[in-house]
Amino acid sequence: MPSFVIREKCDGCKGQDKTACMYICPNDLMLLDKEIMKAYNQEPEQCWECYNCVKICPQQAIEVRTYADFAPLGASTIPMRGTDAIMWTIKFRNGVIKRFKFPIRLVPEGSVDPYAGKPEPNYDDIKKPGLFTQTADQVLIK
Amino acid sequence: MEKEVNNFQFVEKPEVVEIDADILIIGGGMSGCGTAFEAARWANPKGLKVVMFDKAAIDRSGSVAMGLSAINTYIGENDIKDYVKYVRSDLMGIIREDLVWDLGRIVDDSVHLFEEWGLPIWKKGDDGFSLDGFQARDAGKPLLKDGGVPVRSGKWQIMINGESYKAIVAEAAKRALETNRVATGMDQNLYERTFTTRLLLDANEPNRVAGAIAFSVRENKVYVAKANTVLIGTGGAVNVFRPRSVGEGIGRTWFGVWNAGSGYAMGTQAGAELTLMENRFVPMRFKDGYGPVGAWFLFFKAKATNALGEDYCVTHADEIKEMYAPYDDPMGTALRNHAAMLDMKAGKGPIYMHTDVAMQELAKTMDPKRIKHLEAEAWEDFLDMSISQAGLWAANDVEPDKVKSEIMPSEPYLLGSHAGCAGFWVSGPGDIPGTPAEWSWGYNRMSTVNGLFMAGDNVGASGHKFSSGSHAEGRVAGKSMVAWCLDHPDYKPAVKESIDELVAEMYAPLELYAKYHEYTTAPHRVDVNPHYIGPRMLQFRLMKIMDEYVGGVSTWYTTSKTMLDEGLKKLAVLKEDAQRMAAKDLHELLRCWENYHRIWAAEAHARHIYFREETRYPGYYYRGDFLKINDAEWKCFNNSKYDPATGEWVNFKKDYVQLVD
Repeated sequence: MPSFVIREKCDGCKGQDKTACMYICPNDLMLLDKEIMKAYNQEPEQCWECYNCVKICPQQAIEVRTYADFAPLGASTIPMRGTDAIMWTIKFRNGVIKRFKFPIRLVPEGSVDPYAGKPEPNYDDIKKPGLFTQTADQVLIK
Repeated sequence: MEKEVNNFQFVEKPEVVEIDADILIIGGGMSGCGTAFEAARWANPKGLKVVMFDKAAIDRSGSVAMGLSAINTYIGENDIKDYVKYVRSDLMGIIREDLVWDLGRIVDDSVHLFEEWGLPIWKKGDDGFSLDGFQARDAGKPLLKDGGVPVRSGKWQIMINGESYKAIVAEAAKRALETNRVATGMDQNLYERTFTTRLLLDANEPNRVAGAIAFSVRENKVYVAKANTVLIGTGGAVNVFRPRSVGEGIGRTWFGVWNAGSGYAMGTQAGAELTLMENRFVPMRFKDGYGPVGAWFLFFKAKATNALGEDYCVTHADEIKEMYAPYDDPMGTALRNHAAMLDMKAGKGPIYMHTDVAMQELAKTMDPKRIKHLEAEAWEDFLDMSISQAGLWAANDVEPDKVKSEIMPSEPYLLGSHAGCAGFWVSGPGDIPGTPAEWSWGYNRMSTVNGLFMAGDNVGASGHKFSSGSHAEGRVAGKSMVAWCLDHPDYKPAVKESIDELVAEMYAPLELYAKYHEYTTAPHRVDVNPHYIGPRMLQFRLMKIMDEYVGGVSTWYTTSKTMLDEGLKKLAVLKEDAQRMAAKDLHELLRCWENYHRIWAAEAHARHIYFREETRYPGYYYRGDFLKINDAEWKCFNNSKYDPATGEWVNFKKDYVQLVD
């Protein structure tokens, strides 16, 4: 479904100008209602259910109710994203519950050093095929 | 209706910020992140400024924003020749083999980087079963580049724990951009929530890009970036056709719903040559949720049949051979769709994926712990990249090991990175024997507009790049862009268009709304007002035209010359009405320009289908008046060019040349 914000839990990211969900939504859907200092999904029919707002919300105030034009009511899919893994709790309409945990990254966030240990660019090769990390000649069709 | 000039009588003029760049990257998805990573490395020692615009936040922008459960292009132990053959066969015989070969020889390098940056990649355990990223690490399995064995779900695909795939790739790109800030002394070179509407052309040199103009989606600010070279790294075009779900579920598109065809629109308007824009992709996916089927077919070995249990690819084999040989062997994605649709039309639907049978078969060889792992793998496939499908299964009480699920061909999508090849005609690497000389003009992945480069969805005639290939292709372009800058060190961008006029045009929807919205009694709704059209109805009108006249789902993907004649007329009027689009705020301004871009992408698609008088992609679309494939006349590229000076748009043929036997 489109994501929705639980009124009781949302704190508008404590009065900051932009909420975490506004920052992250790839489709610019989340908006802070400055009168009540709570966020909402301003255009639910443009929601891809990518769950990025759900995962980033520091209050766990955002959930998803799957698209009402084809999904029966009563189920829920709730993530809990940690630093290296994500835990999912899926509740079926009939009450069955499934839990899964998956790795999300093996190097801590913020520690990527993209050029460490990589070759320096060789400007003699700049017009040749291949990339700066590839120092061997590029293969041709044989 | 008459065009109104925006002279800012009703809304405030935005602040105009000029940005001085050497290399401008439009779009921070997989391609753009690849460009930033490669370009900064070459640019830093030379003091060249690399700047990126993204309409969202690059941690979670582009088609990989949700994550992915597989990397679909990893050559590994395979022969690149076979990769080219597979891409050619799935795209019905016509691809740029120089571009596909070039991609095949570099793509693994990007995958190896992803793993170094922390992306968990499944590995094969000693007992032949799969290990997830944690298990593989704990078992001391080596990285792919050191000989680690991935879990192949197909010949080219490898399984990953890809929830954070985009965040990881974006982190490296952000760090790369940071090194470029340090090297050049720029304060800012990553502009998020910045939507690019148009490319800028050079005033002095014909057919040369000079930069781009964009607006902030957060504040009243317009950015005019002047650059020596520009990359279009935006996504394909989604919701150009009326989707199957037209209520809330309109957002549950298979490809990222935010892909507005901006690159197709902006490049075309700048005069860049298009190729194979008639191509489209119609993915056959789990119904409504559009969960991926690849792993189900290839990894879990599930079978799809009609409701009677018949394998439609087998029962229709003879019929398809008669119509479409030799393209039926092997039967690619388009023809498998075609076979399924023959059954759907004959009342033999629904089409089912037998997940239950597949899981039960696999479980026979496993102990309970492994069965549990298998179940998790099946759910992860959705939870990594199509969470709605998991939600939909839960809502329908579907346990995949107990119940089969419906699959269904979706609405059409325009793209060049996945299983489609719509995009621009670009320069190839130039070193591959047998390639026509005119396929390469000095700078790999440069379009026919000087200084304007393409990657990912925007490079035509070379599909099946997917996420890894888009990143790698962005890198190729990034390197070439630095070469371009070094060859043109004295270039000073001089913008042909008047910046004042461009800003006025960009903000016209806000002005129009402010001017007229009080004419009616509904001040907060832009929908019903005779003076303008809001972005939502603009999109609905486009989707209806495309669906009904250009081969959408309502005609079973069928169109014809006469239908296209009518459709193109309606598109022309829609384009005219787009001059009266209205926006009540910056969010709607974003939607207005996205939909304007969609109209251009749609028109290109319609014009290309019009020109190609055959049915090259049965299962994706049909020319009802030319139902067969006609290799004698049409085994060639279908290219087109819009002339920004005259407004004329012409299609023409270019020869296809086979490079791989």
